[in-house]
Amino acid sequence: MNILTNPKKLRGFERHLKVENVSRRSILKGLGIAGGFALAAPVMSRPAFAAYETGAGAMPHGTVVDPRVFVSIAPDGIVTIIGHRAEMGTGVRTSLPLIVAEEMEADWSRVRVQQAPGNEAKYGNQDTDGSRSTRHYLMPMRQIGASARSMLEAAAAKRWGVPATEVKARNHEVVHAASGRKLGFGELAADAAKESVPGIEGLKLKDPKDFRYLGKGQIGIVDLKDITTGKAQYGADIRLPGMKYAVIARPPVTGGKLKSFDAADAMKVSGVEKVLEVKGWPWPSKFQPLGGVAVIARNTGAAIKGRDALKIVWDDGANGKYDSVAYRASLEEAARKPGLVVRKEGDAEAALKSADKVITGEYYLPHLAHVSMEPPVAVADVKGDRCEIWAPVQSAGGTREDVAKTLGIPEANVTVNVTLLGGGFGRKSKCDFAIEAALLSKELGAPVKVQWTREDDVRHGFLHTVSLERIEAGLDKNGKVIAWRHRSVAPTIASTFAAGAKHAAPFELGMGLIDNPFEIANLQCENPEAAAHTRIGWFRAVSNIPRAFAVQSMVAEIAAATKRDPKDMLLELIGSPRLVNLSSVKDPWNYGEPYGSYPIDTARLRKVVELVADKGGWGRSVPKGHGLGIAVHRSFVSYIATIVEVAIDDKGKLTVPRVDTAIDCGTYVNPERIESQIEGAAIMGLSLAKYGEITFKDGKVQQGNFDDFPVIRLDESPLVTHVYIVPPGPDTPPSGVGEPGVPPFAPALINAIFAATGKRIRSLPIGKQLEA
Amino acid sequence: MIKVKINGQEQNWDGDPDLPLLWFLRDEVGLTGTKYGCGQALCGSCTVIIDKQAVRACITSVSDVVGRDVTTIEGLHPTGDHPVQKAWRQLNVPQCGYCQTGQIMQGAALLMDNPKPSHDQIREAMAGNICRCGAYQRIENAVRLASTGV
Repeated sequence: MNILTNPKKLRGFERHLKVENVSRRSILKGLGIAGGFALAAPVMSRPAFAAYETGAGAMPHGTVVDPRVFVSIAPDGIVTIIGHRAEMGTGVRTSLPLIVAEEMEADWSRVRVQQAPGNEAKYGNQDTDGSRSTRHYLMPMRQIGASARSMLEAAAAKRWGVPATEVKARNHEVVHAASGRKLGFGELAADAAKESVPGIEGLKLKDPKDFRYLGKGQIGIVDLKDITTGKAQYGADIRLPGMKYAVIARPPVTGGKLKSFDAADAMKVSGVEKVLEVKGWPWPSKFQPLGGVAVIARNTGAAIKGRDALKIVWDDGANGKYDSVAYRASLEEAARKPGLVVRKEGDAEAALKSADKVITGEYYLPHLAHVSMEPPVAVADVKGDRCEIWAPVQSAGGTREDVAKTLGIPEANVTVNVTLLGGGFGRKSKCDFAIEAALLSKELGAPVKVQWTREDDVRHGFLHTVSLERIEAGLDKNGKVIAWRHRSVAPTIASTFAAGAKHAAPFELGMGLIDNPFEIANLQCENPEAAAHTRIGWFRAVSNIPRAFAVQSMVAEIAAATKRDPKDMLLELIGSPRLVNLSSVKDPWNYGEPYGSYPIDTARLRKVVELVADKGGWGRSVPKGHGLGIAVHRSFVSYIATIVEVAIDDKGKLTVPRVDTAIDCGTYVNPERIESQIEGAAIMGLSLAKYGEITFKDGKVQQGNFDDFPVIRLDESPLVTHVYIVPPGPDTPPSGVGEPGVPPFAPALINAIFAATGKRIRSLPIGKQLEA
Repeated sequence: MIKVKINGQEQNWDGDPDLPLLWFLRDEVGLTGTKYGCGQALCGSCTVIIDKQAVRACITSVSDVVGRDVTTIEGLHPTGDHPVQKAWRQLNVPQCGYCQTGQIMQGAALLMDNPKPSHDQIREAMAGNICRCGAYQRIENAVRLASTGV
């Protein structure tokens, strides 16, 4: 079956996995690798801002272009625009409504944003992930704004008895230039609402040269004042009358079960009201709760104290032997043997044999935890066959579906109110915490808030996979790379949905493995088996992190071995400016986007390398102990190159004086938020490179909080990060921003460390490897 | 019965005197601007100001603050226009925003103690506050801006 033409049955990839009997072949088939995959024909030439193909229509419920759904105007002229995606720090709650305001000629100071509840039939897809919001919604939001503008103009023209072509909306009013008459949006609201909604085809979009807001970058986020005064409401901040506070003790091993518990001491804790078992689902079960024992109290502090006093006996189950040291050895072993071939061009095997020199690198990246500052939390109020949820969820529609299914009630009876998210990074795409709250509220007959502690977050989440990337590069006697074999071994996200999944899903293969843009005659990608022993999930930039680390490290290793400049080496491998032939890449996924609109364009890849090299002063002389490293990566259909400068003192202490990043994300809305995303991506990249490591012993996560899973703090953050945004061509579709800044950071850093010290780090995190 | 003073207002507490101030503020008083991030004074999301000092509310018990003045983000400035808050908005510091109230309280406490902190002093004083979105460059610049006049 062709998954992308049957979106109704699917929600992201978990639905794909459910539609097929999951064996290793059928996953691939179900995900479209073997099936016929119709690509949109490449669009050679597009008029400015004309409609371009995106994958938006293939997402569950597609898009809804209807001003009556997204825009309302009060008699006082206040325009309310719906934000239907989740705000987790990317600025989307500001930027999408801003697009509508731009196109309808609303004055932004008279616009209010209202958050949509989960309702995809009404608003279209709400899965805020995959760095998709702007690229899927720039055009629909423009169309919505243009429709609203056109209805306001029609209403004014009727009122004045003049042809609609003679009136024009401008800055919150409609003007009839010939007579000098004006009517404010508020005065026209009632009449405009009676106008029919114009068809998309006939809409006249604004000329980009008339934009007041788009691409300008002077707009603060709508929640700025509330955030700085403590009034902003996150999931954790919801308080309902009669609400109970709950924390849950969950099985320490994935797939473990509760054997027995003794609540006597917990019940003695002041403020504890009840202790009860929470239903769990066998692993894997997508986003269903792990189960365990819940402590219900009058406040969260009492619930935590009560939980500490519980005596619980667990049955650890089949994953009770999961051990990160042993597992790493098994990944290395798998990577040293042939695996499932997922891309093949030429004959890499033969070329490696005949090569003058073979450079081999094995790159290891451990599990990572998201640790959003707001740990998972949700409030639920179940009354009879109705349920209302308040939660910081990335997927409001998915949460609604999963809660309804779990409670056995119609989806229409579930309301999901989306609060601000205190960080998401992929963790909050999984709604297990909302389901927990719903189950407890149903049981207790009262509203319940389930708060995850930081330890819960680190130990019971959906971790970033652990991976071993092995690359062999074959060089001829002139130092030209004639062969490239990349084996990528890592437990797959598919294992969270289907027992026994051992190969990467297509969306994982397409993140820096089979979409490799290098111009190498003999190129082979393999994906040996890897079994999962914990819940694996999406983490900001996903598989791109280990792949970019490996590929971009190897480029610098080849440069060092052949005594060439790493940037020149990189450009040589990228090769000629061209659109990479999709039939050779065999990546049917392409981040869910049609290849015609979003090809792998090596001219753009080269351009960000050249731009960052120019602006970031590649090749500049640096003090002793300093070094520069460069890396580039295309992900989420954007192109990003980063130069990192490191300084390493004689004790091996690493600091980062400067970061330079160039991003080509096509047409953009709010450059100020692009800069903030890239600044943040550097910090996240530095955190994972320097410290990021979750390990298992006896099936249990060994870390729990920021002491043993540290992240970068201000005193060790880069002194300065410069961001250069490539000005878009007039017809360049928008692409991702939230995630793609992360992947090139770690390899640029590691390459800089090599430049400074001659030490090549192939295993992350850096930890103490630089200490003498 | 314990009586404590939060943002100038007296609050009564008849429960566990060892209850962390964080949960008293959030769940019992309803001042949710003070955030939970770690529970172990590792992240600074719960920072409040007690007698001009930045304090982590997650490891401070209600009984610890009897007779002392607790200021939360809600009480930092009546209209939310403390120089640190204004600087934060001027530089568009927040991303997700969750840790920002703790950051702002830490920055405000720093400036009470040291109105003109150096570059290193800012970086050191703010190092106890984690921002997972990584807004550090702007956090540092905003504290500096607040110290030099907004």
